[in-house]
Amino acid sequence: MDKGVIVTNRGGISGRRWTEVPIEATIRVLGFSTIGFVLLIFLFLLREGLPIFYEVPTGNLFGTRWYPTFELFGTLPLLLGSILVTVTAILIALPLGVATAVFVRELAPDWVREILKPMIEVLAGIPSVVLGFFGMHFVAPLIRNIFGAPTGLTVFTGALILAYMALPTIISVAEDALDTVPKSYRDAGLAMGATQWQTIWKVVVPAARSGILMAVMLGMGRAIGETMAVMMVTGNAARLPLTFDSLFRPARTMTATIAAEMGEVAQGSTHYHALFGIGIILFVLTFLINLTAASAIFRKQRRGGLR
Amino acid sequence: MDRFLVQRLGFALLLFVALVVVVPILFVLGVIVVEGSMAITWEFLSAMPSDGMKGGGIFPTIVGTFLLMLGTAMASIPVGVGGAIYLAEYARDTWLTRAIRLAIVNLAGIPSVVYGLFGLGLFVLFLQFGTSILAGALTLAIMTIPIIISTTEEALRAVPTEFRTIIASLGGTRWQGIRGVVLPQALPGIITGIILGLLRAAGETAPILFTVAAFYLPRLPHSPFDPTMALPYHLYVISTQVPGMPLRIQHGTALVLLTLVLSMNVTATVIRSYFRRRRQW
Repeated sequence: MDKGVIVTNRGGISGRRWTEVPIEATIRVLGFSTIGFVLLIFLFLLREGLPIFYEVPTGNLFGTRWYPTFELFGTLPLLLGSILVTVTAILIALPLGVATAVFVRELAPDWVREILKPMIEVLAGIPSVVLGFFGMHFVAPLIRNIFGAPTGLTVFTGALILAYMALPTIISVAEDALDTVPKSYRDAGLAMGATQWQTIWKVVVPAARSGILMAVMLGMGRAIGETMAVMMVTGNAARLPLTFDSLFRPARTMTATIAAEMGEVAQGSTHYHALFGIGIILFVLTFLINLTAASAIFRKQRRGGLR
Repeated sequence: MDRFLVQRLGFALLLFVALVVVVPILFVLGVIVVEGSMAITWEFLSAMPSDGMKGGGIFPTIVGTFLLMLGTAMASIPVGVGGAIYLAEYARDTWLTRAIRLAIVNLAGIPSVVYGLFGLGLFVLFLQFGTSILAGALTLAIMTIPIIISTTEEALRAVPTEFRTIIASLGGTRWQGIRGVVLPQALPGIITGIILGLLRAAGETAPILFTVAAFYLPRLPHSPFDPTMALPYHLYVISTQVPGMPLRIQHGTALVLLTLVLSMNVTATVIRSYFRRRRQW
C-alpha cells in the first residue's frame, strides 16, 4: 500500500493512505460548510425579502405605521420597539452581570461559586417560551400592580425577562475577562495600600474592560434576536415608543412581528416579503453586533503581551 | 468615610446583587415545579389531547419533540463533529480559517426567528418538504451546528499533541490517529457538546413556528413529511392562543418541557465533570 510521507504544520510527520483521501476530503468540506450556511441563509432572506423594496415605496417602508392590512409597512415602530426593549434590558443586565461576575471571580468562596455557577447555567438552559410563560403569569401581574400599567404587558416587563436571559452570557464572558487580568495587577494594587474594593474597581475591572464590552455586545445580540418571551410579555402593540411613558406601555419588536404574523400571510404577498425584509434587517444587525464582538476578541489577542 | 467601611458596604452590595440574580431563578423553577406537578398524571403524559386541547394529555407533543431532536441529531452531529475535526486537526491559520470562525460566531448569533424564516424559505417552500418534521429538524440542525462545532473543537484541542506525535512515530496516518486515539479521548467532551446543542434545539419555538409545528393535531406523525405538535410550540399556543385554557394544563406542559431540558443539562454537566476527574492527562 502506498504510504507517501508528508511533513505537516503541526510538527509531526504523518502519511496518508489512499482510502483516507475521501474521508479527509469530506472533513474538509464539512469544515467549510458553515460559511456555506451563512451565505445560504442570507441568500434566501434576500430572495424572499428584497422584492419588498420595489413593491412598496421607501417612504412607506420607513414610515411610522405598521398596518399590513392597509398596505402600510412602516418598520420604524418595530425597529424602535426592538431597540427600546434591548437597551432597557442591557441597562438592567449590565450592572447585575458585571457585579455578579466580580462577586463570583473576586470574592466568593469556592463553595458559593460551586452553587452560583450551575444556577446560572440552569438559567441559560431554560427555554425562552417557559420564561415567557412565567413572565405572563407572574411578572406581568406584578408590573400591573406596582406601576399601574393596564395589562402589565409592557416594554419594561419584556426588558426584565430579556435581562435575565442575557445575564448568563454577560456573566460568563465578563468572568473570563476578569480571569485574564494577571494576578500581579491585583498584587500591585494591594501593595500600593489600596483596599481590595478599590483594587477591583480602579485596577481589575478597567483592565478587563474590552472583555466586558464584548460581554455587553454578545448580550445585546442575544437580546435583540430573542423572540418568544418578548412576544409573550411586551403586549405587541405596534406604536412608536417615543413618549415618556413608553417604558410602561406595550410595544412590538421586529422578532415578535415576524413570529406573530408569518403564520397568517400568503406566500409571495407583499406582507410576506415585508416580513422577510424585517428578517434581513435582523440578520444584518446581529451580524454587525457579532462582528464587533469578534473584533474585540482579536484586539484582546493582540495585546496578549500584558499578561 | 473610612475606606474599609466602604469596602464592607461594597461587598455586601455585591452579595445582594448576586442574590438578585439567583433568587428569581430559584423562584421560576420552584413555581413551575410546584404548580406543574399537580397536573402531571400518567394520562397527561400518555393521552392524546381532547376537547380542543382543554382536556386529555400532551402525548403527541412529547413524541413530536423527540422526533425533532432525533432528526436534528442525525443532521447536525456528522456536520458539527466533522467541521470541528477540520478546524482542530487540519486547518491552518489562513484567512479562510478565520472566515470559518467568523461564520460560526455569526451562525450562533442569528436570531432564532430568522432561522425560522430561512427554514420556511428553503426547506418548506423551495425544496417543497412542506411543513414537516424534516423541514423543522433541518432548520434546527443548522442552528445547532455552531454549538456542536465549538464544543467539539474545544474537546479535540484538549487532547495533548503528543498523542498525535506518537501515532505518527508508530507509522500511523493522521486519520488513523484521529479515529483511533484523538476522537475516543475527546468523546466525553464531544457528547457533552452534542447534548448542550440538542437541548437548545429541544426548547426552541421560533424556528419551528412556520416549518413544522401543528397547532392541534391529535395523532402521531407517520413519516418525516408529516407535521407534528411539539412541546415548546404547544406551550406557546395554549398560553396565548386558546382562550379559557385551564391553567393546570399550561403549568403541566411547562413542567414537562422544563424537566426535559434541565435533565439534559444535568446529564451534560455530570458527564463533563465525571470524565474530567477520571482523565489521566
